[in-house]
Amino acid sequence: MDQDRRSFLGHAGKLLVLTASAAVAWEHVLEGRPEEAPNYRVSDHWWGMAIDIDKCIGCGTCVRACKKENDVPLEPFTFRTWVERYVVDPEDIDHPQVDSVNGGYQGFYDRELLDPRLKMFYVPKLCNQCAHSPCVQVCPVGATFESPDGVVLVDTSYCLGCRYCVQACPYGCRFIDPRTSTVDKCSLCYHRITRGLTTACCETCPTGARVLADLKDPKDPIHAFLREHRVQVLKPQMATGSKTYYNGLDGSVR
Amino acid sequence: MKRAPGDYVHLVKMAGLFAVGVLAFVIVRWVMVPADFGVYGHYRAGALKDNMTRPLVYAGQASCVGCHPDVAEVRAKGRHAHVACESCHGALGTHAGNPDGIKPARPDRRTTCIICHTASIAKPKSFPQVVPSEHAPDGTCADCHPVHNPKLS
Amino acid sequence: MPGVEGFIYPNEFELQWGILIVLYPFITGLVAGAFILASLERVFNVEAVKPTYRLALLTALAFLLVAPLPLQLHLGHPERSFEMYLTPHTQSAMAMFGFVYLWYLMAVLVLEIWLDYRRDIVLRWRASKGISKVVYGAMALWSGNIGPSALELDDRVGRALTVIGIPSAFLLHGYVGFIFGSVKANPWWSTPLMPIVFLFSAIVSGIACILLLYFATCWARRVTVDMRCVDTIAKYLYYAFLVDFTLETLDLVHRLYESDESFHALDFMVKTRLFTSQIVLQILVGTLVPIGLLALTQLFTLRDKARRVIYVLAGGLTLVGIFAMRWNVVIGGQLFSKSFLGYTTYKMQFATREGLLPAVGLLILPFVVLWVLVRLLPPWGEGESAAGGDVAG
Repeated sequence: MDQDRRSFLGHAGKLLVLTASAAVAWEHVLEGRPEEAPNYRVSDHWWGMAIDIDKCIGCGTCVRACKKENDVPLEPFTFRTWVERYVVDPEDIDHPQVDSVNGGYQGFYDRELLDPRLKMFYVPKLCNQCAHSPCVQVCPVGATFESPDGVVLVDTSYCLGCRYCVQACPYGCRFIDPRTSTVDKCSLCYHRITRGLTTACCETCPTGARVLADLKDPKDPIHAFLREHRVQVLKPQMATGSKTYYNGLDGSVR
Repeated sequence: MKRAPGDYVHLVKMAGLFAVGVLAFVIVRWVMVPADFGVYGHYRAGALKDNMTRPLVYAGQASCVGCHPDVAEVRAKGRHAHVACESCHGALGTHAGNPDGIKPARPDRRTTCIICHTASIAKPKSFPQVVPSEHAPDGTCADCHPVHNPKLS
Repeated sequence: MPGVEGFIYPNEFELQWGILIVLYPFITGLVAGAFILASLERVFNVEAVKPTYRLALLTALAFLLVAPLPLQLHLGHPERSFEMYLTPHTQSAMAMFGFVYLWYLMAVLVLEIWLDYRRDIVLRWRASKGISKVVYGAMALWSGNIGPSALELDDRVGRALTVIGIPSAFLLHGYVGFIFGSVKANPWWSTPLMPIVFLFSAIVSGIACILLLYFATCWARRVTVDMRCVDTIAKYLYYAFLVDFTLETLDLVHRLYESDESFHALDFMVKTRLFTSQIVLQILVGTLVPIGLLALTQLFTLRDKARRVIYVLAGGLTLVGIFAMRWNVVIGGQLFSKSFLGYTTYKMQFATREGLLPAVGLLILPFVVLWVLVRLLPPWGEGESAAGGDVAG
C-alpha cells in the first residue's frame, strides 16, 4: 500500500513539474510574440553535445527531425546534421568505406548483413560548436560568432554570402541556403535550448546516442560521460576547441 | 631649389580631399553600424535574439506527458522508456499548441518500427533487431508488440 | 551523385568558390606585378624600362578598378559588402584586405599617377574646352602651378610614395595569398609559402602583362619597339620566374617528402582531376617553356626579331601559366573532400552570374578601362613625364 502511494505521489509530482515547465515554455509560442524566454541567463550555460557511437543505430531520425525543426532545404544536399556509415576493415583503418546517402535522411537500409569480419558503425555529425572556431575567425563582418553560452550562430541578416567560413570549417558542417544566399548551419537548436527544451535531434534520438550537454551545469550527465568514457573529438589536431564529444570514435573516422 | 608656398597648394588640396574622405567614412560608419553591434563580441547582439525566436516545430516530451500521462506510464515500464514520443509520432508542436483542433496522424504500425529495428551488423548486438522480410512479413509489428511497451504480451 | 568519387561530406556537393574567385587573385596579381615593374624605374633607377613606366601605372589602375567586380558578382549579398568597411573583423584576412585595397588604390596608385601626370593634366586643362576642361580641371584640383620647384616637389613626394608603394604592393597580393594560406582546414592551401608564392607569381604575371601591352601599344601606334627596354623587362621576368618556380617546386617537394595524411588524397587529385591544368598548363606550358625560351635569350645572342617573337610568346604563355596556377589553387583546393576520402568536380556554368561568360567579360573589362585611361592620360608622346625623362617614341 505505502509503495503504491509513494510511487503515485512521485509520478504526480514529476508530472506537475513537467507540466508547469512545459506550460511556461509554451506561453511564449502561444503568445505569437517571439521573445527571449525568461529565466534564461546566458552566462549560466556552456553548451556542447555528447554523442555515443556505441548507441547509434543509424535510423536517421535525428536528420529528419532537424530538417523539420529548422526548415532545412530538402533539396539540394544541405544538412545541419547528418549521419555517416563506416565500413572498416579492422586491419586497414586508413581506408574506410564511408557513405552518407542523402545524409542518412532515410536511414541506412541497403546493406543489412555483411561480412562479419568487417567493422561497421554510424557516426552522426553536426556543427562541433568549437570554442576556438576557425569559421568565426575568418568571417569578415561578424556575421557568425560564438554566443556567450558557447553556441556558434549565424546572423543571417548580416551575412554577405562570401563563403569564407564554409571554406574554413574543417568538419564540413556549413552550407549556403539557396533560398537566402546566406550561410546556415546547426545552431544547436538555440531557440529550443534557451527555453529549457533539448535539441530536435537529441529529443528524437530513440537510443539516447545524442545528448545535449551543458558543461556549466554541475548536474548535467556530460560530466559523468566525459569521466567514464574514452572520449574524442573530431580532428583534434586542428585544435578547434570542439565541444562535440564522441564516445567510441574509431581511428578510421575522418 | 627654393620653394614658394604656392608650390604646396596642390598637395594641401589633395590632403584636404583625403581628410574629407576620412571624415565622410567616419560619419557613414557612425550612422550605419547597427547600434547593438559589439555589445557581446564582434557581432550584432540582436542576432542572439533572432536565433532564439524561431518557431518550435517539435513540442518536446514534457508537453506530451503533460496531457497523456497514462501513455507515459505504460511506456515507462518497458524498453521504450527512453524513446521520446516524437521519435515515432513526428513533430507535434502544432498539436501541443492546439490539442483539440489539430490531431496528428497515427504512425504506421510496421514501417515506423522497421526504421530502427532492421537488423544490421552496425547496430549494437544488444539492440533488438530483426530481418523484416523474415519476421512476420504479412502482419504489423503491433500485432504482437504493443507499441508503447513492446514486451510480448 | 554525378561527378563525385568516393566519400565527400554531404555539404561539399558544390564548390563554394568558382571561376570568379580564380579571376580575383589573377587580376590583383597583375596589379602588384605591374606596379613593381614601374617602381623598378622610379626607385631603383633602372632607366631602361622607363618607356613602360606610365603604361604600367595605368595598367595597374585599370586592373585594380576592375578587381572588386568578380567578388561582387560572387557574393550572396553584394549590397551588404560595405559591411566589411563598417564592421571589419580584425581577425579576418578578408576584412583587413578591404583596407589594404583601399589604401593601395587611394594612397599609393592614384596619388602616384596624379603626381606623375600633373604637369600634363595642367597643360591639358589649359588647352581644352567644354567638358574636357572641367574634367582636367577637377583632376588638377584646380591648381595650375607647374613651375620647376613645384614639379621637383612632386617628384620627391612621388618617389617617397613609390618607396611606400612597393611594400604596399607586396601587401596587396601577399594578403590574397594569406587569405588562402591561413585556412588550416584545407591542406592544399594551408602553407606559410602561400603568400610568397602568390606574390612572386603576381610579379611574373604583371611583368609579362606589361611586356605584352608594350608590344601591343607599339604595334598599334606603329612605333618601333625599344629593344633595350624589352630586353631589360624580359631579364626581370626571367629572374622573377626562376624565384617563383623555385618556390613552387619547394612546396611540391616538401609535400612529397613529408607525405602527411592529406598527401595521398592530393597526389591522386593532381594526377587525375588536376592533371591538365596543373602538369600541362601550369608547369609545362606555363612555366618551363617560357623559362626555357627566356633562358635562350639570356644565354645566346639572338637577333632582334627573334627576341621579339620569343618575348611575345613567353609573355603569353606566362599569363596562361599564372592563370592556371590560380585555377589550381582555388579550384584544386575544393576538388577533394576534407574527409580525404573523395573527390568532386567543378561544374562551371556559362551564362549565369558566376559562369564563364561574366568571367571572360571581366577579363576584357580592364583593357577597356585601360583604353579610356590611355585616352585621358596618354603615357607617351606629347609631354615629358614629371621625372623629366624621355618617353620612347
